[in-house]
Amino acid sequence: MTIEDWLTGACADADRRGLPDLKPLLASLAEATRSLRGAGWDAAGREAAPPGSFGSPAPASEGTAR
Amino acid sequence: MTAPLHFHTIAELAPLIAGGHLSSVDLTRACLAEIEARDRALNAFITVLGASAIARARELDAEIAAGRCRGPLHGIPISLKDLIDQQGVPTTAASRVLDGHVAANDAPVTARLREAGAVLIGKTNLHEFAFGTTSDDTAFGAVRNPHDPTRSPGGSSGGSAVAIVAGMSVASIGTDTGGSIRIPSAACGTVGLKPAWGEVPCDGVVPLSRSLDHVGPLARSVADAWLIYLVLRGQPTAARWPLPARRSVKGLRLGVPRGYFLDVLDQDVRARFAMALAWLRQAGAQTVDVVMPRASGTAAVYLHVSLPEASAYHAGWLASAPERYTRNVRLRLEMGRYVLAEDYVRAQAARAVLQGEVDAALDGCDALALPTLPIPAPPVGAATVDVAGTPQPVRAMMLRLTQLFNLTGHPAVSMPMGDTPAGLPCGLQLVGRRHDTEGLLAAAAACEPFVIP
Repeated sequence: MTIEDWLTGACADADRRGLPDLKPLLASLAEATRSLRGAGWDAAGREAAPPGSFGSPAPASEGTAR
Repeated sequence: MTAPLHFHTIAELAPLIAGGHLSSVDLTRACLAEIEARDRALNAFITVLGASAIARARELDAEIAAGRCRGPLHGIPISLKDLIDQQGVPTTAASRVLDGHVAANDAPVTARLREAGAVLIGKTNLHEFAFGTTSDDTAFGAVRNPHDPTRSPGGSSGGSAVAIVAGMSVASIGTDTGGSIRIPSAACGTVGLKPAWGEVPCDGVVPLSRSLDHVGPLARSVADAWLIYLVLRGQPTAARWPLPARRSVKGLRLGVPRGYFLDVLDQDVRARFAMALAWLRQAGAQTVDVVMPRASGTAAVYLHVSLPEASAYHAGWLASAPERYTRNVRLRLEMGRYVLAEDYVRAQAARAVLQGEVDAALDGCDALALPTLPIPAPPVGAATVDVAGTPQPVRAMMLRLTQLFNLTGHPAVSMPMGDTPAGLPCGLQLVGRRHDTEGLLAAAAACEPFVIP
């Protein structure tokens, strides 16, 4: 889905739900999404780490750390 | 004149309590009196547990009289951010959404504090559901900065930092998803520790974004934060007390990230940071420039992880009781419902890249050193602030230098590095190697005497 299509649909949905104040936030989210997609993280991520390697916590402490 | 005892550090108070020279009841009463005198103006607390705190302090004094000391937290009044469960006490998360909710059990961190002898004095105010950095969107009224009540204390653990500065508790427990321990610590002048991700259990704590959430201490010194961190991690402190002699600042190698991290800074913060680095170098530390070339993409990555994770947790209440949220928090939670799954996955891939960049920057360094906040505490309710002649969004400024280390899971600590000419505190942030919170704390303890004027 293109960002433009997504934004059009999201704003229409916000209107339908009676949340017009959400539309400026959705526009700012669209800008952030454009930045995210344009940064080429996918390719860089594949080079940087194998799938599933993120976020392995430190050796578990006593208790129920997640 | 010496400050009253309830403004002292745990490291100073613990020997007095252990030796029977100071009663926990007197210390607790002094904190409660401060709450009574000042909290109407500062709004740091949502729930004050006066009677139960005094009763517990009395029990702990009796233990000392009988020859039992649990460790350095024995008899110390500590507050909890009001999204951490304490059995039999309301957990509000500063929201009307949780009206009537009373915690059935202690969170593991609460139980560990209790076992270590802490006196749980009350639950502190915060940005609603920890979803903000200024502590003004809350169902219990905006929290005020003790250094200037027209200013925000930062957030989301704003009430926790205020409680410490105002002498209402000796330390506090907060949470940090994008900077929520370090930001108020910098804005109010306390020490705030975000441990490495996964070290301290988040069970029994209202989540914001589960893969970014951390629980940690706010305190008056690095040593105090260290002691509380050990307890939160589930490690007995009696055997570690007193803490080992701090390492020397001589030869400490600090990486100073350039580019994105220093591009947008208030001039007073920039001056304080330059002075802190100069003092550290004069004391024998080495500073080296490091780069993290993709750090400028942090905010977009953070948004695409934090928003959908927060919205997923809140989906039920957004459907059943949307009017119970404050307006701004509701809108941001609603925004998260529109993030596409493919972009969430992209953001997760970006985290691995950023993690690698922070690891590389730390290679050969004991810690990274950078400001915690690029600005001093902003006015309460401000949407933008002027930075070097350009208006900047407050929320983006508050998160700018902290959120990266939530994405990567590295431990990070904020400590005071002096005030602006207007008397507003500035924070120095040190970031440690992945999974090495104690190494970070040792470096921070070595730096502490040289950066606090």
